[in-house]
Amino acid sequence: MPAEPAAFALPETAVPAAASRGWRLPIFPLGVIGLFLLVALVAPLLGLPDPHAQSLRNRFKPPVWEDAGSWKHPLGTDRLGRDMLSRIVWGSRISLSAGVITVLLASAFGAAVGLTAGYYGGRVDAVLMRVTDATMSFPVILLALILAVTVGPSFTNVVVAIAVILWARYARVMRGQVLTLMQLDFIAQARLAGAGAWRIITRHLVPNTLGTLLVLVTLQIGYVIIVEASLSFLGAGIPPPTPAWGSMIAEGRDVVTSAWWVSLFPGLAILLVVLAFNLLGDWLRDTFDPKLRQL
Amino acid sequence: MTPSPVTPPPVAPFVIDVRELRTHLVTRWGTVRAVDGVSFAIGEGETLGLVGESGSGKSMTCLSLVRLVPRPAARILGGQVLLDGLDVLTRSEDEMRRIRGRRIGMILQDPMSSLNPVFSIGMQMREPVALYHGLRGAALTDRAVALLAAVRIPSPAQRLRAFPHQLSGGMRQRVVGAMAIAAPPRLLIADEPTTSLDLTIQAQYLGLLKELQQRHRFALIFVTHNLGIVAKICDRVAVMYAGRIVEMGPVRRLFTRPAHPYSRALLESIPRLGARAERLTAIEGQPPDLARLPGGCAFAPRCPHVMERCRVEAPPERPVGDGHVARCWLETPA
Amino acid sequence: MLRFVAARLLQSLIALAIVSVVVFVLARATGDPLYLILPMSASQEDFDNARRYLGLDRPYVEQYLSFVGRAITGDFGVSLRARRPVSELIRERLPNSLKLAAFAMGVSLAMAFPLGIMAAVKKGTGLDRAAQVISVLGQSLPTFWVAILLVEFVAGRLQWLPAGGIAGFSSYVLPGFTLGWFVVAGLMRLLRSGMLEVLDSEYVKLARVKGVAERRVIWLHALRNALIPVVTFAGIYFAILVTTAIVVETVFAWPGIGRLAYEGISSRDFPVIQAVVLTTVVNLCVDCLYAWIDPRIRYAR
Repeated sequence: MPAEPAAFALPETAVPAAASRGWRLPIFPLGVIGLFLLVALVAPLLGLPDPHAQSLRNRFKPPVWEDAGSWKHPLGTDRLGRDMLSRIVWGSRISLSAGVITVLLASAFGAAVGLTAGYYGGRVDAVLMRVTDATMSFPVILLALILAVTVGPSFTNVVVAIAVILWARYARVMRGQVLTLMQLDFIAQARLAGAGAWRIITRHLVPNTLGTLLVLVTLQIGYVIIVEASLSFLGAGIPPPTPAWGSMIAEGRDVVTSAWWVSLFPGLAILLVVLAFNLLGDWLRDTFDPKLRQL
Repeated sequence: MTPSPVTPPPVAPFVIDVRELRTHLVTRWGTVRAVDGVSFAIGEGETLGLVGESGSGKSMTCLSLVRLVPRPAARILGGQVLLDGLDVLTRSEDEMRRIRGRRIGMILQDPMSSLNPVFSIGMQMREPVALYHGLRGAALTDRAVALLAAVRIPSPAQRLRAFPHQLSGGMRQRVVGAMAIAAPPRLLIADEPTTSLDLTIQAQYLGLLKELQQRHRFALIFVTHNLGIVAKICDRVAVMYAGRIVEMGPVRRLFTRPAHPYSRALLESIPRLGARAERLTAIEGQPPDLARLPGGCAFAPRCPHVMERCRVEAPPERPVGDGHVARCWLETPA
Repeated sequence: MLRFVAARLLQSLIALAIVSVVVFVLARATGDPLYLILPMSASQEDFDNARRYLGLDRPYVEQYLSFVGRAITGDFGVSLRARRPVSELIRERLPNSLKLAAFAMGVSLAMAFPLGIMAAVKKGTGLDRAAQVISVLGQSLPTFWVAILLVEFVAGRLQWLPAGGIAGFSSYVLPGFTLGWFVVAGLMRLLRSGMLEVLDSEYVKLARVKGVAERRVIWLHALRNALIPVVTFAGIYFAILVTTAIVVETVFAWPGIGRLAYEGISSRDFPVIQAVVLTTVVNLCVDCLYAWIDPRIRYAR
C-alpha cells in the first residue's frame, strides 16, 4: 500500500473499484482456449468416429436436436457422411498448431530483427527497416495462394507463407519498444559498466520487452487462425481430406440452405477460438502496458 | 448573443465565501476525503494564498469551486460556495457553465499542456471572447489582440496566427492568463501557474497578475507550495493539510507568528542564507495516507507538540489573533 | 523534408524491384501454363509453337528484362488465359475493387465514428460495453464465414439484397459490409482510446474551465486531437481492404483485382500474377509513406 495514493496527483485516473476494467482473471478466454487445447491434444484418445470415414448412407445427417438426428453424430455429418464433431475436433489440431507454430516462428525472427535494429541503430536500423517495410506491404493471402499453386497446398506452406510476412510486424513493434528503452538511463549505465551488446540485449532489453511480445503473440494467434481458415476456404491451405475448419466451411457452402450445420459449426469453432485469443490478448495488454492499445 | 447573467442578491462583502466545502474521491485504495470542511472568504482585489504539499487538497478545492471535479470518482458532498452571495453548488449545469470563465476564471499549472495543440492562439482566444461578449468579426479580433497586449505579449496581432508549440512556456502561460481574464471574472483561481516557469519569468508573471488584479479588482486564489511567492503577492494565506485548512491569516502574521506546528515546520524548512550554518530542518514522518486518516488531528503522527487530546479529537478552527485562525489544541503557539 | 520523401521513394522502388524478381521467379516456378491453355489433343508441335509465340522459350533473364522494360511503360503483357492485354484487365477490374473498398470504408467510418466517440464519452456504460463487444467480435469473425451466412440469409432467404455480381448499388451492400466489418472494429477501438486519452488532457480541462459548451468540447476540442492517428490508420486500412478483398471478391463474385489475382494464380497466368502483385505492392508502398509521415506511427508500431 503506497503511503500516499497516486490517485491524488492524477485525479482522473481514480476509478471506483467496482467499475474498474473487466475481470481479475479472464476466465472465459482461458477456459475456451484450455478446452480447445486439451481436446486437440487428446483427440486420438476421445473415442470419436474416424474423421475420414465416409458413409454415403449417412450423408447430411442433421445434428442431434433435429428430428432426423442422433447421438451417433451429435453435430451431424457432411456430404460424405463424415462425422462433424470428430472433424471439428481434429480440425482444431490443425488450426491451433498452425496458429501457434506460425506465430512462434514469426515472433522469434521478428523480435530478433527488431532488437538488433533498435539496439544498433544507424545504418543497420535503416536497412533492416526498409526490408521490414517491404515485407509488411506484401499481402499474405496472395503469397500463400502463389505458394499453394507453385509447390502445392500443404500445412508447411501455410505456415511458411504467413510467417514470412508476419515477422515484420513483430520487428516493427519490438524496435519501437527498444528505442524507447534505449533512452532510459539504465542502458547507459550498463554500457558505462562495460556491458557488451549481447549482454545488454539479453539481460536488459529482452526482459523488458517480453511483456509486449507476449501481448502481440496472443493477439496474432487469432489472426493467423483466421488467415489459415481463409486459405483453406479458398483451397490454398490444408488439402483435403485432412479436416480443416476453413475447407469444411467451403464444402458446406453450396448446401447452406439445406445442410446448414456443415458450414455453421466450423465457423463457430473459429469464432470461439479467435475470440478467446483476442480477449486474452486484450486482458494481457491491459495488464502489462495500456499504451499498446493501438496494436 | 449575451445570455442573461444570473442575478445575485444584494452585494455581499465577499466576492467568494466558501463554507464547509466537502469533496470525496473514491479510489482503489478507499475513499479519500480530498476536501474536508474547507472554509474561507476573499474580498475584491484581495489575494489568498493556498499552500500545502501535494495531496493536501489544494487543487481539488479549486476544481470544486468550479464544479469540475473528475467524475465519476469524485463528488462534491456538501457545503456552500457563495459567489457574490449566490451559491454555486446549487446551480444547474447550464448556469454553472455560464459562470465558468465569465465569473470565475482559472489558470492551470502546466503551460505546455494547457493549450490545445491543434488550434491557433487566435482561435483559442476568440472562443471565450465570443462566448462572453458576443462579439464577431473584426471587433472580436480586436478584443483578442487587446487581451494579448494586456498580458504583455509582444506583437499580439501576429501571435494570433501562431500555434502553441511555437510559443515559449512563459508566453503560453500569459495566453492562458489572457483567456482567464477575458470576461473579466470576479474570481481568478491560479493553480500553481508559475511552477513550470523559469525563475526570471516567474517574477514577471507574478507582477503581471498583480497588475491585472489592480485593474480589474478580482479576488485571487493563488495555489502554490512556494512560501516565497506567498510572501510576495498574497494578502492572506491558508495552509492546507490532509484536506483541511489548518491555519489561515494575514501573511505577515502567519509568517512571523505561525500558530500551527505544521505551518511553523514549513517555514522553518526553508533554508536561509546568512544565518549560521545549521542542519536543514525536515518535517518528521510521512505524508498522510489520505484513504486512511487517523481519528483526531491529521497532523498528530508528525507533530512535535502532540498531546493525547490531539489523537482523539480533531481540533476545530480556533481564533489565535486578529483575522487569524488555526486548527490546533495548543493554547499558546509554542 | 523533400529529401526524405525522395529517399523513401527510392527505397520503395528498390523494394519493388526485389519483389518483382521474386514474383517473376515464383510465377514461372508455378508450372507450365500451357497445359491449362492448350486443349488435350494438342501435339508437341502445337506446344512448341505456342511457347515461341508467347515468348516462354526464351531464357528467364531475357524474359525478366523484357518484362521490366515493358512494365515501365505500363505494358504488362498479354494474359495467357484471356488473350487480352493485362493492363486492360487491370484497368477494368481495379476500379471495381477501389469502389468496393471505398464503400466498405465509408460504411466503416460511418459506424466507427459515432460508436467510438460515444463509447469514450460514456465510458463504462452499456453503450461502451456494447461498442467493445462489437469491436472484439469484428476482429474475431472469419469474414468468409460471415459472407456465406449473409448470402444465405439476406440474399437467399430474405431476398433483400443480391448475392453477387455488380449490378447497381444494392450489390455493394453485402460485400462492402462484410469487408468493412473488421475495419469498424479497429477504427472504433482507436477512436475510443484516443478520445479517452484526450478527454483527460489539460487543454480539455481548460476548455471546460472557460465555460465552453460540453458538446463543443467533445466534438471540436477533443476530437480534433484524437483524429490524427485515426486518419493515418484509415489510409492504411483502405490499402489493406483493397488487397485482402480476395476472399470477399471470390465469395461474392465481385469483378475486382482480388478475384483477378485468384483466377490468374489458379490458371498460372504469369503476366496477370505479376501485374496484380506489383499493383498491390505499389498501393501499399504508398501508405508506408503515409505511415512514415506520422512519426507517432513509426515508433509506436
